[in-house]
Amino acid sequence: MPAYYLEALTVTLGIALLMAEAFCSCKGKAWVGLSAVVGLAIILVLTFTAIGPSSKPDAAWAAWPLWNFYQFDNLARFYKIFALLTTILVLLLAVDYRKILARFTESPDSEAGTGEFYALPIFACAGMMWLASAKDLAGAFVALELVTVTFYILVAYMRRNVGSLEAGVKYLILGALSTGFLVYGIAWVYGSTGTMNLAELANFKLGQTNPTPLLFGIALVMVGLGFKIGAVPMQVWIPDVYQGAPTPTTAFLSVGSKAAGFILTIRFLEPFLANETTRGPIVAMLSILACATLLFGNLAAIPQTNFKRLLAYSSIAHAGFLILALAAWAPETASSEGSVKVVSFYLATYLLMTLGTFFVLAQVRIQRDGENVADFNGLGKTNPKLAIALTVLLAALAGVPLTAGFIGKFMVFSLAVQAGLWWGVGIAFVAAAAGFYYYFKVIRAIWWMDPANGENAIVLPRISKICIGVLTTAVLVIGIWPQPIWALLR
Amino acid sequence: MLSLIVFLPIIAFAAILLGAPARLTAIGAAALNLVLGLIAAATWQNASLWSSSVSVLEKPALNLAFGFTDGMSAIMVLLSVIVTLAAVLSGKSPEGKEKLYFGSSLLISGGALGAFAATDLFFFFAFHELALIPTFLMIGMLGRGNRHEAAWKITIYLGLGSMVLLAGLVWLANLTGTFNMVEMVNRASSVDAASQKGIAALLIIGFGTLVSLFPLHSWAAPAYASAPAPVAMLHAGVLKKFGLYGILRLAIPLVPDGLAFWLTPLLVMLLGNILWVGLITISQKRLDRMLGNSSVMHMGYIFLAIAALIASPDNPLARSAAIVLMFAHGISIAMLFGLADRIERNTGSLDLQDLGGLAKSAPSLAFMFGIAAMASIGLPGLANFSGEILVFLSAFATYDGSSGFSPVQITCILAIWGVVISAVYMLRAYRNIFHGPTVQATQAAADLTLADRIPALILVIALFAVGLYPNLILNLLK
Repeated sequence: MPAYYLEALTVTLGIALLMAEAFCSCKGKAWVGLSAVVGLAIILVLTFTAIGPSSKPDAAWAAWPLWNFYQFDNLARFYKIFALLTTILVLLLAVDYRKILARFTESPDSEAGTGEFYALPIFACAGMMWLASAKDLAGAFVALELVTVTFYILVAYMRRNVGSLEAGVKYLILGALSTGFLVYGIAWVYGSTGTMNLAELANFKLGQTNPTPLLFGIALVMVGLGFKIGAVPMQVWIPDVYQGAPTPTTAFLSVGSKAAGFILTIRFLEPFLANETTRGPIVAMLSILACATLLFGNLAAIPQTNFKRLLAYSSIAHAGFLILALAAWAPETASSEGSVKVVSFYLATYLLMTLGTFFVLAQVRIQRDGENVADFNGLGKTNPKLAIALTVLLAALAGVPLTAGFIGKFMVFSLAVQAGLWWGVGIAFVAAAAGFYYYFKVIRAIWWMDPANGENAIVLPRISKICIGVLTTAVLVIGIWPQPIWALLR
Repeated sequence: MLSLIVFLPIIAFAAILLGAPARLTAIGAAALNLVLGLIAAATWQNASLWSSSVSVLEKPALNLAFGFTDGMSAIMVLLSVIVTLAAVLSGKSPEGKEKLYFGSSLLISGGALGAFAATDLFFFFAFHELALIPTFLMIGMLGRGNRHEAAWKITIYLGLGSMVLLAGLVWLANLTGTFNMVEMVNRASSVDAASQKGIAALLIIGFGTLVSLFPLHSWAAPAYASAPAPVAMLHAGVLKKFGLYGILRLAIPLVPDGLAFWLTPLLVMLLGNILWVGLITISQKRLDRMLGNSSVMHMGYIFLAIAALIASPDNPLARSAAIVLMFAHGISIAMLFGLADRIERNTGSLDLQDLGGLAKSAPSLAFMFGIAAMASIGLPGLANFSGEILVFLSAFATYDGSSGFSPVQITCILAIWGVVISAVYMLRAYRNIFHGPTVQATQAAADLTLADRIPALILVIALFAVGLYPNLILNLLK
């Protein structure tokens, strides 16, 4: 099956569900989400049968000019699976979150206004999948906008909640600004190289021409992309938007949107990092970005008392580690996996830990009506099993050994050390130590503090229970046996 | 086979989580592990029997590998299994918390065993961290007194210490290009002089924090005072030795010149442990805090042996001295913490002022505590004596009359005063608790029951065996 079927199927699924939802008079809307999950799961399975033109060169479709804009390799497959898996989990999270959604859209007893919330992520997912295959900056830009515009709606979805609206406005304004930077940067890159095709950019020889216009263009594009991945100083929107957005959207933003930003960054920078002339300045820029992001994300997380906001800073902090891996640019060799795979691996572990944490957060939000660290007080007494799962997930986020989080961090450190980025390594250690502190602050609340008076045990809905169980187990298993993720990457 | 010893407590932990009877499972796993550990100590040289390796990552190559690198690993594994059994036997869980109490104890034990048995740097570090987390949680949840503050302090100190340590280990692994610890030592020559200084500093601070080296020790006494008995026994007895083990295993062979560069600061620090913390120990008014401080103090002696080894790497005694004392201290401090917990349960107090005359109502408790206290002071015939005498001898092993005392020897002379300090606080505590007029708390205090004597006896046997015949341990090191 040609790979572009996957995106086509995903979009079709989204439109079909939107239509069905619009014309169905049923009261509950959870079925939209669940059928989206089933549909995406089928597409996820189909991903493994997808092929590109190189596997079947004599097929009619292999000669289409589409392949000038669209590529399909192992990395593309990996990020498509990533996008699908994230969307599936986010939709499951949304289904269990529907009480709050209903409360802030129509009224607490009517789910009438929530149907689109389950259909829209499918379009974002299609955009992310397309980004994974982008081969041309124009195409990549359109795909990225598909993701971003969908998020404008998803962030502001709870229209009776001031926080959500405020987040929506902030995201819209800053998102539009970053889009401007991105387009302007692409124009400069096109102007100085004469092409927007990433494959041709790889072969582009700068020769005697002055590299400054090209570097200026690259820097502008990185400003635009830095917004998506949450690199300092383009991170200002993250805490407020994450805190205000509906929790499933926050989870989607922090995993899906970030991963989409990273795959585009990788695809865009790869040709320039392979080029001797442009590598030096780009690595310098990435190193500064990485250090600033690591320091800001981790140090600013320390005083946070709102758990959702803490996770926002934590997502900035993780972006710092990922950028550090890019700054320590290394191609794949016999002794090293190379930056691209390490970043991808890190993102995969990040997906498991972060989404697991958001599942717990969503249920605490619903049942204890709060998102502060203090609302987790005494969870170890009321829900020991949930508390153990959350402890494992947070320990993994902090990078405690024998969890998936440590292997990711460990590989980033190895890359940075091999590249001799001593400043980066030093700051990353400070960052990891700070991370240890603020994640353990939550663990402390869970286990040592007493629950507030009359606090009942949290009753997990079945979907959340299964998801948390699976994600926690995966975090532990990947921590000692990471081969499944590597198998996907090879 | 070694992986069986490591994973047995972890499997037992999982079983307890899934509903197996907590105390019985814990005791069963610990007893089985003791048997396996004794067999291992007898046959550790048979590499094909004990070593195992599973590939985890290909680039860079990481293996979940266990094996006895040398006799030191075997001794530490033996120490771990002995203390684990004593800890789960003597601990008494609060009502309704059995799963947590025994499960965490097993997890700490599994982590410590994994760290001592690992031959891969990555897992050497990882298993130690695995053991730390239940330690933190247990102190915060089930501890006594000012437990939240103590637990948060140990979390921050050891968390940061581990980070510094990790930085040093990553640096080392990068220079040697491998994570296999045996292979690393073979490639010691690839660690250049400039890096040695930096790595040695990171390792001294990192491992030093974990071992409560002065002035990084202030987490230890409050944490041990607050910790539930099995946690105090396992951490002070076993897990803390990870730092010393790491220095002997990695720092000494890989960065000898770097350590030599920092020798003088190290000597000052270890004197801080012995004399400064020793004086603090004398001033303690509660038994648990006193024992916590005394455990910090005794780390100074082991560091003295390490310093002697740094000063002259071919010192014939220093390495054995350090290892014997590590073993002896592990056993004796575990026994002291276990019995202190017993005193508190039987009398309701650990305040030295509130106790007195306990020997009348609880003679066998007094007898056992007496042995442990004597061991801790270093009375001949008990294991600590073998260790301490070896430490002092090793400091003077390279004595050359013509050139006067070296810095290590001067330190040693000062350190010997520590023995007097130990005698002062231990005997004073013993007198306050067990002798003198009986007070209300001790009047009707129960004595050790038969079941309570078993863990104490296991430890006493180990103390006497090594004390009277230190070759039991020394032969393993040949």
